Amino acid sequence: MKKIALFGNPNTGKSSLFNRLTGLRQHVGNFPGVTVDKHSGFLNISGKEIELIDFPGTYSIYPRSKDEEVVYNVISNPKDANFPEKAIVVLDSTNLERNLLLFTQIYDMGFNTALVLNMTDVASRNGFEIHISALLEAFPDAKIIRTNARIGTGLSELKAWMAEESVPRETRQQTLKAKNDLEGQIADTNTRFDHIKKIVSQAVSKKPTEANFSSKLDKWLVHPVLGYLIFLVLLLVIFQTVFTLASYPMDWIDLGTSSLASWLGTIMPEGVFTSLIVDGVIPGIGGVLIFIPQIALLFFMLAILEETGYMARVVFITDKLMRPFGLNGKSVVPLLSSAACAIPGIMATRTISSWQERLTTILVAPLISCSARLPVYTLLIALVIPSKIVLGFLNLQGLVLFALYLLGIISALLVAWVIKQFFKKKELSVFLLEMPAYKTPRWGNVGIEVFEKVKIFVFDAGKIILAISIILWALASFGPGNDMEHYAGKIQAPKVQTEEAMADYESQVASVKLEHSYMGHMGKFIEPVIKPLGYDWKMGISLLTSFAAREVFVGSLATIYSVHEVDDDPKQLIDKLKAQKRDDGTPTYTLASGLSLLVFYVFAMQCMATLAVVKRETKSWKWPIIQVGYMGVLAYLGAYITFILFS
Amino acid sequence: MKKLAQLPLHQKARVLGISESELKPKLLEMGLYPGKEVEVLFKAPFGDPIAVDISGYTLSMRLSEANLIEVE
Repeated sequence: MKKIALFGNPNTGKSSLFNRLTGLRQHVGNFPGVTVDKHSGFLNISGKEIELIDFPGTYSIYPRSKDEEVVYNVISNPKDANFPEKAIVVLDSTNLERNLLLFTQIYDMGFNTALVLNMTDVASRNGFEIHISALLEAFPDAKIIRTNARIGTGLSELKAWMAEESVPRETRQQTLKAKNDLEGQIADTNTRFDHIKKIVSQAVSKKPTEANFSSKLDKWLVHPVLGYLIFLVLLLVIFQTVFTLASYPMDWIDLGTSSLASWLGTIMPEGVFTSLIVDGVIPGIGGVLIFIPQIALLFFMLAILEETGYMARVVFITDKLMRPFGLNGKSVVPLLSSAACAIPGIMATRTISSWQERLTTILVAPLISCSARLPVYTLLIALVIPSKIVLGFLNLQGLVLFALYLLGIISALLVAWVIKQFFKKKELSVFLLEMPAYKTPRWGNVGIEVFEKVKIFVFDAGKIILAISIILWALASFGPGNDMEHYAGKIQAPKVQTEEAMADYESQVASVKLEHSYMGHMGKFIEPVIKPLGYDWKMGISLLTSFAAREVFVGSLATIYSVHEVDDDPKQLIDKLKAQKRDDGTPTYTLASGLSLLVFYVFAMQCMATLAVVKRETKSWKWPIIQVGYMGVLAYLGAYITFILFS
Repeated sequence: MKKLAQLPLHQKARVLGISESELKPKLLEMGLYPGKEVEVLFKAPFGDPIAVDISGYTLSMRLSEANLIEVE
């Protein structure tokens, strides 16, 4: 298939053009050896299939960060599988000088090159006039096209050029400097700019214009006080929207999958296969789907912030605050998004160009307390913290909840600082960020961004989540020998089969079965390890099953203590837990063991979906394993210290 | 030698050169070649990073980065 490459500086509207050309026929794959995704789109132009590859936005073909290497690697090697037949270079018409550097580098290598003058509307509004004839004179072999990716002008001309046969041009790989020849690259760039300056003086004329809208708006948005205030208010709006709006579709997904499971349970013959489908596969798929509303909503709003140009201002005003921790301003939005859910937070780290800073952000993001911890927090707080007023007006329960969130944020920053010390060779921390002018968002781009993120999550991370769900199902559904049936058979079925009595009976059977499953044995097996934290094997089982997702902890406890209908009213479960006694007659759930569990959940990586996303984003199992490890150690030590302090 | 980091707000200056550093090629590629006109437009709270007009577009940079750019 014919391959055409799309190059351009960041903020040139390159992605808009890519979206315009390929629509939803996009595919996200890998470039070998780098963590950056390969975005391809497919076009059929008058019967010809063409693959358009959207390369990361760069200012030069020479890599200045790890992610940018892919441009150099591909174009320097004609044997590379992605070596393009033609190249499209997208230029921001308001800033031809800087944009022409990348263009001349590519053009001089002998590619059939299209010079796409994008954002022509903004350019003419700002008083720029571009004379195509002067550009044609300077680059006689290039196809020059004016486009406006926002409304789609110039696209048919570009498509026609893409479908044309390539014109033979002499390939000049020798114009390329070696990757490590920085002196040579500097000399080359200086020569190119001397040449470009002459071209621009011929090709561009500018009429003076008044101070624009962007600079007026920036007076407010980067203001030392108002800037932060506006950002905080925006965040609040975003979180409120994610929490309130996402909960409806999440409830529908929950209800839908559980109804489907129980319906299938009634029509399918009883047996292992049915159990696999009903208790393993369907809840597993539900566990993937349940995240979609949060991911879609969060990226919908983040894409708007990005599109309008506001995101660059957020990075600008927060950079200084994050630097001591080995992070930068670009880590702020991913970390704050993690307060809703670490999954979109981690997926939002793509914009961080430094690999070390991106990795650090990914590694600490799950320490920020997410919404899935809330059910665990509220149950345990209601269980062990008395509801009383302290300091005159503060509710103690609310105060503890606040402290747990604070503990998450502080530990995330501290761990980031520790990780910073681990990097032996410090990667160059570059900030240098273009401040785009404010614009109205292009809704097509926002839509495609949301669609892509959901697709990546469902298809890449979803597989891992489903696989782990099935393993957890198997561990909870099977036990050694026929212990499970044996012990379940000992429970007497009620003589009078009222609905209440049957429900009681069924929850007792479920409890006994779980106790004698492999999972139950594992819970008992780890009891000596978790005993110093104040836990017994029943909590052990719940800890193990809640590796699927933290909120499963509540459901598992309900199963073990054979409490049904926990969803509607947690009071029944709380009463039952309060009544639990240890062998020596002291209560199981004390202030010490309850707080210890709370601290455990602040730190522990109890979420297979996050694990799967970290694997997806770092393209290796190394980092998710390290993450589970360090968070586990923190959780254990934190819980242990808490238990000692409060016993 | 005056650095871009010390340039007062809204005072135009010209780039003389970039100090030897790993960032030199990158800064050059962003258009900061000798002779380029620059102006500090606004600063972040705490004075760092700063937003610089590089005749044509606005680039934000940390003071440590602006310290590599010699201006007159």
